[in-house]
Amino acid sequence: MKYILMMNGTKASFAEYAKWSKKDMEANVAFMRAFSKRLKDEGVYVATEGLGWPDQAKLVRSGKDGAPITDGVFPESKEFLAGYWIIDVESPEQAYKIAARASAAPGPGGVPGNMPIEVRQVLGSHTDLGL
Amino acid sequence: MSAQPPNSPIEHLLRELTPQVLGIVVRRFRDFAAAEDAVQEASLAAAMQWPSDGLPENPRAWLTQVAFRRMTDHIRSESARRRRESEAALEMDQLAPPVDAARKSNQDDTLILFFMCCHPALTPASAIALTLRAVGGLTTAEIAHAFLVPEPTMAQRISRAKQSIKDSGIPFEMPTGSERAQRLRAVLHVLYLIFNEGYTSTVGPHLRRADLSHEAMRLTRIVHQLQPDDMEVAGLLALMLLTDARRLARTGTEGELIPLAQQDRSLWDRQQIAEGVALLSATLPKGAVGPYQLQAAISAVHDEAARPVDTDWPQILALYDLLIRMSNNPMIALNRAIAAAMVHGATKGLELLDALKTDARLADHHRLDAVRAHLLELAGDLEAAVRHYRAAAAKTANLPERHYLLTQAARLCSDLELRKAQE
Repeated sequence: MKYILMMNGTKASFAEYAKWSKKDMEANVAFMRAFSKRLKDEGVYVATEGLGWPDQAKLVRSGKDGAPITDGVFPESKEFLAGYWIIDVESPEQAYKIAARASAAPGPGGVPGNMPIEVRQVLGSHTDLGL
Repeated sequence: MSAQPPNSPIEHLLRELTPQVLGIVVRRFRDFAAAEDAVQEASLAAAMQWPSDGLPENPRAWLTQVAFRRMTDHIRSESARRRRESEAALEMDQLAPPVDAARKSNQDDTLILFFMCCHPALTPASAIALTLRAVGGLTTAEIAHAFLVPEPTMAQRISRAKQSIKDSGIPFEMPTGSERAQRLRAVLHVLYLIFNEGYTSTVGPHLRRADLSHEAMRLTRIVHQLQPDDMEVAGLLALMLLTDARRLARTGTEGELIPLAQQDRSLWDRQQIAEGVALLSATLPKGAVGPYQLQAAISAVHDEAARPVDTDWPQILALYDLLIRMSNNPMIALNRAIAAAMVHGATKGLELLDALKTDARLADHHRLDAVRAHLLELAGDLEAAVRHYRAAAAKTANLPERHYLLTQAARLCSDLELRKAQE
């Protein structure tokens, strides 16, 4: 079963991240690399992407004749997707364990950030005959 | 090579020869993990060369030679210690490989490979991947494609599975006595899981997953040929044939699910049904009946009804009553509740569902809500049915099924509105 693990943050947390020390930043990047590598080694990795920052984000709606109407001023409290992993595991519990590992990514001073990771199942199309 | 059921003769031949050649190489070199890689490489080489060069005179000998060469390369690249250990094996390479060993030993080898790849020490996902590669002869790319994961992920899963086999010291031998029966059950379970993975809508990006069902049937056929007297092997094959026979009718043109009662029965594969029924009929008089046979028998009763109203529900209920005595699978209890409702009325079915409420395995399962919704609808309690269809939709991990369940809820809602308007 496939799950998407989503790391979200507010604008404030993105702004804070931008001010981390070089050492903290490097530790975080190294952690993320090792995290992805372990997913691959374990044979559960499907995909991962990091996303552009919220200051570049636009909300788009369809206007007259389908022309795009963009909107880019968001409330500070809004949560933005920072990046995600898609994994293929044997149980939801396994997905939660991996999400907890991601949540422990080091923040300032090397202290685990304990960022909330949203875990959602990716829907498939095969039917469990349930035998 | 594609993940289609083998359509070119070469592909078909390679898949058939894979377990035979692997058996020979494992017997000679005693290293399953390396032998499996060597055979996969030999098979890839054949897939590249045979279409242009033509089939070799003895394809199995050709594959075995190439795999032997890969094995000796592998051994030479290993440490000196390893080299000394394998001297005997290397000497063997100087001889012509005994590619046409007795047919019996080939058959045993294939069965042993099934037992190894489906060993209970492996996780289901690992066993599935390894079985498809080592016995099914599929490439890692094909397996990855079928499971919609990147190829390196599948390669890693296969290599971890082989490492687990190495670590648990499972010998390349036929299990004996009661262990053999137990291990055969494990093989059947893995084949069933492969079939189930392919049991999917047949349009859109998931088209190729359907091939997994074909692959599962092909492999189960092989086990059936090797173990013709095992009634549960025959039962599983019959179950697959009888279930898969409805494939074309199960989904609409857009991949939407069509429940059994609304399927166009002229789309059912009569030939496959006849084969499944014949297989099943041959097993039933032979004494002890197992769960796969019973499931197949239930499937056969459905398949033999010309119209939904012709379904022999008392017969189906009787079969579920037998089945539930040998399995504590809550899904069987759910299906039995439906059969009971069809025989004794929706109230009886709902009573049975109430008894299942406390089963932790079902607590979060969409199927409990879906069945309850269906029975509530039959009982005429449309409001409650809508609630449970929606609850089921929220829980399912299957997109076409979510559409189906929400559509049921929407249909009942408009019925309710109509009813109110008429009052």
